Amino acid sequence: MLWYSSEVWQSISKTTRPYLFPSVGLPYLGNMNDSFEDMIACPKCDALHRIPDVEKGAQARCARCDTVLMAPRDGAMTRIVMLSATGLILMIAAVFFPFLELSTHGLGRKSSVFDAILAFSDGLMLPLSFAVAALIVVLPITRLIALIYVFAPMALGWAPARRARAVFRMAEVIRPWAMAEIFIIGVAVALVKVAGLATVTLGPAFWAFVLLVIVTALKDNFMCRVTVWQTLNQRSV
Amino acid sequence: MADAEPAQRIVTARSAGLVGCAECGRVHRRDVEVCTVCGSLLRSRDGSSLQKVWAWLIAGMIVYIPANIYPMLRTSTLGHTSESTIIGGVLELVEFGSYGVAFIVFFASVVIPISKFIAIAYLAYRVHTGKRGRARHLHLYEVVEFIGRWSMIDVFVVAILSALVQLNFVATINPGIAAVSFALSVAFTMISANSFDPRLIWDTREGKLA
Repeated sequence: MLWYSSEVWQSISKTTRPYLFPSVGLPYLGNMNDSFEDMIACPKCDALHRIPDVEKGAQARCARCDTVLMAPRDGAMTRIVMLSATGLILMIAAVFFPFLELSTHGLGRKSSVFDAILAFSDGLMLPLSFAVAALIVVLPITRLIALIYVFAPMALGWAPARRARAVFRMAEVIRPWAMAEIFIIGVAVALVKVAGLATVTLGPAFWAFVLLVIVTALKDNFMCRVTVWQTLNQRSV
Repeated sequence: MADAEPAQRIVTARSAGLVGCAECGRVHRRDVEVCTVCGSLLRSRDGSSLQKVWAWLIAGMIVYIPANIYPMLRTSTLGHTSESTIIGGVLELVEFGSYGVAFIVFFASVVIPISKFIAIAYLAYRVHTGKRGRARHLHLYEVVEFIGRWSMIDVFVVAILSALVQLNFVATINPGIAAVSFALSVAFTMISANSFDPRLIWDTREGKLA
């Protein structure tokens, strides 16, 4: 009953071959369960696949749109927890240490992330202050804590924490709004802008932020959303 | 690459009379409302998706106009005050000779927002016409989704400069009102892109009526 064509095979080079649901017949009408555990629908294009056996380190991609459906990796959970914890420590350092120091004509000024947040704090622009605080501090920290909460028990081989699913869902919603790494590029641009005006020195927080960007990129690289959900589901039974 | 897909052979969860979870991929019967794996609301297609996309997109385009007209930065050096808009800031950087940074700022605050408006409108329009999309349309959507947040860079630059350059009489930089509308424009278009249900790309008109 399994079907695949050479075209599909080409479009999923170096990946595990997904087995497509047969295109005719309605063999599942008799299924009275609420879910179909041996199948997966691509979240991006709705194509049905039979869940293949994917080896550790390999990827299964959607036959139609090439989206990565499954990407199990050895120790992915542990790595996510470690990188999130590192990110959290760096984040705390980044917030409290000064990240730039400016001096000219004997005048000097150090500024921390808090100062950048408070830049919009007068009058009409106050809401923007809150928004900036959320984007560069509150949401990234919330996301890191959420990921640790979800993955730490699983990395240790325990059952998932209470409400782990809701917490992970929230972490995924936050994802595009956590903008710490964009802030760093902003710092670099600002540096160039004031370089002509005064002497600028980079503070420790700047380097903490740079490391944070790298850690975040590594961590997101280890996360495959569908795989995470499958693991959460298996473990919580 | 994946454009060579055998479109007629692909069976979607919808055409099999099932519903796939957009969050975790689990397949359910059509009458199940909440995904048993991840707890998301199950919708075969998000019916109000396009309305939300258009509404947020138009809001984003509207607030992008004042973002360009009003000043982003107010700089006072030795008692002399000057205001600069987004484009003004880019030109200033070019005058300094920092072409690389001028390019980054121009790209993040002009090229990305405008191409985003066009790309989202194009994708939503295609869904309206009911033509079946291809993998490249999904890739366009993913690029828009990924790159949109980088436009926020200019708002952060303004925040950093205003925090840093507060040297009383010698030099002061304060944010201008355009920073607010620019931030809103970025946020609105991000919400617009997030509201788009990429599974709509693949549906033909017949599929939509079914």
